[in-house]
Amino acid sequence: MVLPVRECELSGWGRHPVQRCGVLRPDRYGDLSRIEADTLPRGLGRSYGDSSLNQGGRVVEMTRLNRILEFDETLGILVAEAGLSLAEVAEIFLPRGWFLPVTPGTKFVTLGGAIASDVHGKNHHGEGCFSAHVAWIELFTPALGRLTCSPEEHPEIFWATVGGQGLTGIIGAMALQLKPVSSLWMEVTHHPARELESAFNLLSDPEADAPYTVAWIDCLAKGRELGRSIFMAGHHRTEKNLPPAKAPRSKPLIQAPFNFPSGCLNSLTVRAFNGVYYRRNGRKRFPFLSAMDPFFYPLDMVGHWNRIYGRRGFVQYQSVLPPGTAFEGVKAQLEEISAAEAASFLAVLKRLGAAGPGHLSFPTEGYTLALDLPYRGPETEALLKRLDAIVLKGGGRVNLCKDAHLSPESFRAMYPRFEEWLGVKAQVDPEWMLQSSLSRRLRMKEGA
Amino acid sequence: MKGPDVNEGDRPLAKLALRPPRAPRVVSGLSPGNTPVLILGATSPMARGLATALAQSGQPIYLASRDVEECARLASDLRIRHGVTVFHGHFDAGDLESHLPFLGTVLEALGSLEGVVSLVGTMGEDPATLDPFKAEQIIRSNYLGVVSILGACAQHFESQRRGVIVGVTSVAGDRGRQSNFVYGSAKGALSIWLSGLRNRLHSKDVRVVTFKPGFVDTAMTYGKPGTFCVASPMAAGRAMAWALHGGPDIVYYPRMWRLIMAIIQHIPERVFKGMKL
Repeated sequence: MVLPVRECELSGWGRHPVQRCGVLRPDRYGDLSRIEADTLPRGLGRSYGDSSLNQGGRVVEMTRLNRILEFDETLGILVAEAGLSLAEVAEIFLPRGWFLPVTPGTKFVTLGGAIASDVHGKNHHGEGCFSAHVAWIELFTPALGRLTCSPEEHPEIFWATVGGQGLTGIIGAMALQLKPVSSLWMEVTHHPARELESAFNLLSDPEADAPYTVAWIDCLAKGRELGRSIFMAGHHRTEKNLPPAKAPRSKPLIQAPFNFPSGCLNSLTVRAFNGVYYRRNGRKRFPFLSAMDPFFYPLDMVGHWNRIYGRRGFVQYQSVLPPGTAFEGVKAQLEEISAAEAASFLAVLKRLGAAGPGHLSFPTEGYTLALDLPYRGPETEALLKRLDAIVLKGGGRVNLCKDAHLSPESFRAMYPRFEEWLGVKAQVDPEWMLQSSLSRRLRMKEGA
Repeated sequence: MKGPDVNEGDRPLAKLALRPPRAPRVVSGLSPGNTPVLILGATSPMARGLATALAQSGQPIYLASRDVEECARLASDLRIRHGVTVFHGHFDAGDLESHLPFLGTVLEALGSLEGVVSLVGTMGEDPATLDPFKAEQIIRSNYLGVVSILGACAQHFESQRRGVIVGVTSVAGDRGRQSNFVYGSAKGALSIWLSGLRNRLHSKDVRVVTFKPGFVDTAMTYGKPGTFCVASPMAAGRAMAWALHGGPDIVYYPRMWRLIMAIIQHIPERVFKGMKL
């Protein structure tokens, strides 16, 4: 059966760029076995830039292939189709005492998307990437057909698919090792940091360390206060006698009803927000209980929160720098952003653990800074170029699933294992049936 | 005598007004709990919505479709999410001979049968084809096959003197349009068959529901221009589960389609034949 195509304007979560794609939405698992030319799989579209877009081509929306196939109650191994969202996993399995081993800052991503972008979470320094907990995947490739890949079976294809932005095949199903938790509560401590240096000290301080750590950082603070942050550390509570906690919500609490006028997020409003946020949260220096949702997914509470950046959208810039250059590099980035008054009320700094084996997987050991920048045309692009230069100089890299502007040259400099990845691509998809706007922008087809 | 039907406007109002009030015979729907339901055409997205709604109330389910592998996936999903008993098996609406043995397997698996919902049907490649063989395929899967299996279920319910039959037809069956009249005629025929069956089984305490979906977000409408107010298949499935448990005999979903189809049915043929629909 030929699947119907819906032609529409599509964008990533940043709503920039917006491109015309033909969307296919399979209802049956068997529909995946025939991949047409110029196709790209897509989950819930939470990657920010153009990694889930395929201008002028086909996009396979995987969200209806979200069936749970097996669950081992004693070992916590979940086998499910790739379109299942992390929100559903949390909703169904948290009450049974199992949680996601690694979760990004939103739960509205699919399992397949989490592998294709090899997402990481607040526990990367301890638990690694999402892929570290995946036992196997079932991959539909154009050249080799249906394959089961794991770190043991076809390891090179597995590690090329992890972080491979959906370009090595369509992930159909997977097995994920869940993590046992004994309560729905988190215990969280906040430590205010007056400037960047103390933020870095807190992030690397073994005393302050916890399974989950992250620092919210005020991008508009200048001068002596540059890098003013709040370091947040949390862990799962294990006691049994806690009051019942709210289970994670499967839907947002409120919706951003329309596109906000573009000027809404200016340096004034963001400065005001940041000031209030810093004072309110910096006060919570003693451990307090938090439910899962506000700790892991604070932004998921507002549906379509990307609309507050207005019609032109925004770009998210996430880079990681190795420990040696991180402090100077992050400082230089913050100075650029602060000088450009590019308002970003959501910026986080986090320490990452060792890099995983994924060829194009983003996390490497060091410190990562992630920020949202409202898109203002050439001005923003120039700023991104300057940020790229800082990252390149420091020997770091930019996260592909958030990126929309990286140049082909910078990409090759940042991802030295690209050639290895191309070797696998030649094996599973020599004719480049699977393409994306990202792969064309980075001229991936042209070689290393 | 049948009670006044809220959905059927074909009875003269004057007669209704003059008739002395009489308590209508109430044919009850399924009671929630351990009431096994058979879903035919279980791989459609609407069937998934229905199965989810039934599983949430803990009812045992039998999923049947031509695509057994797909059925197995749906069944394990329902079992793990909702902890209910789900069986699945192969069912081909076009293979009429297999229907009676198939019903036997279902009864054996479920122990008893209280409800059946048929979502069987296909638009085919061209729902307005003039090729007799292609037309036969459409009529076979949308009408003949459904009549055969629901007929077998009706006999079973008739003898056990309870049960609910829900036949999913379509608003396309309410009036023939040039874009899909072969499909529409098969669905319309099924609506008439269900109406007759309802009449026959009314005295036997068997409930028969005609379920007519409008635009639902499935492959049938996906990416098609000119669709509006498209309903989610999960919500449509939930409405089907309600129809199993009670409510009107003829259900339009979403409900506004009752109004739309009432208007369309009342356009004089003289005007209708010139319209581009």
